[in-house]
Amino acid sequence: MNEKFFPYMRSEKYPHRLCPGCGHGIIQNAVIRSLAELEVPLKEIVLVAGIGCAGNITNMYIKADTFHVTHGRPLAFATGIKIANPKLHILAISGDGDLASIGGNHLIHAARRNIDFTVICANNGIYGTTGGQLAATTPLGAITSTTPQGNEEPPFDLCALVVGAGGSYVARCSVAQPQFLIKTIKKAFLHKGFSFIDVLSTCPVQFGRRNNLKTPGEMIKWLRENGISKEKVMNLSEEEKKGKFVIGEFCADIERTWLGYSLK
Amino acid sequence: MGNKSVKSNLLAGLHFMQGNEALAEGAIAAGCRFFAGYPITPASEVMLHMVKRLPQVNGHFIQMEDELASIAAVIGASWTGAKAMTATSGPGFSLMMENIGHAVATETPCVIANIQRVGPGTGQATRVGSGDIMQAKWGSHGDYQIIALSPWSVQEMYDLAIRAFNLSERFRIPVIILGDATVGHLRETFEVKENFEVYDREKAFGLPPFDTPEENGVPPMPSLGDGENLIVSGSTHDGFGFKRGTDGDVNEKLVKRLSKKIINHANEIWEVDSYFLDDPEVVIITYGIVARSALGAASEFRKEGKKVGLLRLKTLWPFPEKAVKEVSMHCNNLLVPEMNLGQVLREVERVACSARIDGLNQTDGEPIFPKKIASAVRRLIS
Repeated sequence: MNEKFFPYMRSEKYPHRLCPGCGHGIIQNAVIRSLAELEVPLKEIVLVAGIGCAGNITNMYIKADTFHVTHGRPLAFATGIKIANPKLHILAISGDGDLASIGGNHLIHAARRNIDFTVICANNGIYGTTGGQLAATTPLGAITSTTPQGNEEPPFDLCALVVGAGGSYVARCSVAQPQFLIKTIKKAFLHKGFSFIDVLSTCPVQFGRRNNLKTPGEMIKWLRENGISKEKVMNLSEEEKKGKFVIGEFCADIERTWLGYSLK
Repeated sequence: MGNKSVKSNLLAGLHFMQGNEALAEGAIAAGCRFFAGYPITPASEVMLHMVKRLPQVNGHFIQMEDELASIAAVIGASWTGAKAMTATSGPGFSLMMENIGHAVATETPCVIANIQRVGPGTGQATRVGSGDIMQAKWGSHGDYQIIALSPWSVQEMYDLAIRAFNLSERFRIPVIILGDATVGHLRETFEVKENFEVYDREKAFGLPPFDTPEENGVPPMPSLGDGENLIVSGSTHDGFGFKRGTDGDVNEKLVKRLSKKIINHANEIWEVDSYFLDDPEVVIITYGIVARSALGAASEFRKEGKKVGLLRLKTLWPFPEKAVKEVSMHCNNLLVPEMNLGQVLREVERVACSARIDGLNQTDGEPIFPKKIASAVRRLIS
C-alpha cells in the first residue's frame, strides 16, 4: 500500500467492522485514496456521517475530524459547520436510508442551497444494520425482509432528485469500478458548490442472499453488468433499459441561475 | 477561557423592546454568533431580530428547512467554536428532541429558546401556556440532565439569555430558555449594563474531550479544524470519542458523569427570588409571567397585613429543590399557580414536606391574573 495513505488512516482501528464482502470497504478505500492523492491537509477535513452501515465508513477509520450524528441529519449538521467555518472541507458520507429516506428533506434543501460540500451516498439499496428492510432505493421486485413477495414501490433515482433540487455536481458510480469512483470523488471534492455522488454498493449479507446474488463476487458482477454509461443508454430499447442504472456525471458543467439552469 | 468581563456592543442604559428581541440581544451580548431557525409563532421575532443583528457583529444566520435541521445546524456550528442558538415553540420543540439528546450525549454547548404557546398538538399558536416544563426535562430518550431557565420580564429575557450561554459553556450542555408567548411579546424597558461577565468554553489539546478524571467533571472542548482529529459521536463513546457499542461499563460511566456534572453543581445553577418570606402562612411558588401576577397578589395581601409570600423559580431544571424544601418547612400552605395542569406542582409535591400543597391551573391561553391567584390564596388563609 502506498505510504502516503497512512497519515489519513487510524491504522490501529483496523480491521474494520463492515461485513465480509460489503462494498462500503471499497468506498472507504476510495475516499482515503482520493484525499491522500489530493493532499488535502487533514486539519481542514470534517467528515460527517449518519446512522447505519455507511456510518462505519468514516467513524473511527479515517484520521480527520469526524462527526457521527443522528439518523438522517448529517447534511443539516454539515450546513451548520460549513456556514460557521467556511474554511473547513466537508465530506458527508452516509447511506441511502439515512440520506434519501429519513433525511430526504435535508438532501433536497442542501442541494437547493448549492452549499459547498460533498455528499457520498453509499447506496446498497437496503437497510443493512437493522436486518434487510426495504429502502427507498430498493430495486423493483427485490426481496427484502419487509417485502417478502418482492418490492412493488419504484425506487428513487437519487441523481435525478439532486439535479432537480439544484445540486451543481451530480454523479453516479459503483464499487465495481473503483478507479472511476476515485476520479469522481476527487472531482466532487474540488467542485465549488453542492456535489453529490450516488455510489452503488453491495450488501451480500442482507440484499444478495435474498436475491440470488449470494457471494460478494456475484454482486460485483451484477453491478458491472447492469451499470451502463450515459452514452450507451441512448442506444438501448425500453426493454433493454429495464433493471439497468446509468453510471456517469449528470450535471458537471451547469451554471445555476435563479429558478433554472443554463449551460455554460 | 472561563469567566471574563466584556463590554456591551449595545449602548449601555435603558432600551425599549419586545421580550423576544431582548432575548436575541442577550444572546448576542453573551457572544452568540450563530443562529439557525425555522418560523413559528410566537417565537419568530427572535429570528427576525437575529437576522438584523448578527451581520453587524460578524455572526452567521440561516433559516433552515425545519426544526430538526435548525438544532442540527446549531450543534454543528457549536463544534466549530461558535456560540450558537435556535428559538422555537411547542411543535418545533418536539421536533428538536432527538437532536437535543445528541447535544447532551456529545456535550455540545448550545441554547434553545422555547417561547411556549398553549398545546398539546398545534394548540393555539398565538396564545400563552407553559405546558412544556416536563418536556424540557424528559423529552429526549434516555437518562440525562438539562438546564432550563424561566424569565418573567423583558429584562430577564435579556439577562437569562446571557446566563443561558454562560451555563451552557460552563457545563457543555444545551440550556433551554422556557419563555412564553406573553413574556415574548411583552414590550417594556430593560437595562443594558456597560460591562458584564461571560463564560467561554475551556479548550485544551491532547486531552480527552469526552472524559474527566472526576466523576462529575466537564471536559475541555476543542473545535473542528483544530487538528485534534476529533470524533464527535452520539453513540456511547470513550474519552476520545471512539464508539463503544457494547461495553456496558463505558455507558454507565458516561451516563452517570453527564448527570452528575449538573446535579453535583446544582448550587451554581439554581436561582430563585423570594418575596415576603418572613414567617408566611401561605407561600406561592411559581415562575415566568405568572410570578408577576403572584407578586401583585402577594403585595396586596401584605398591605392588608396577611402573611403571604412568594418563591419565584428562575431555574426550573435542575429543579431548585433546596429552596422549595426550605420554604415548605416554615409554612402550612403552598400554592402553585401555573399555565398547565400541574407540572411544577408535581415537583413541589415531590420535595416539599409538612405542608398542604394546592395547584392553580389554567390552560385557556391567557396568563393567570392576580385576582384569580388572590382568591385562591384567600381560600387557604380562611
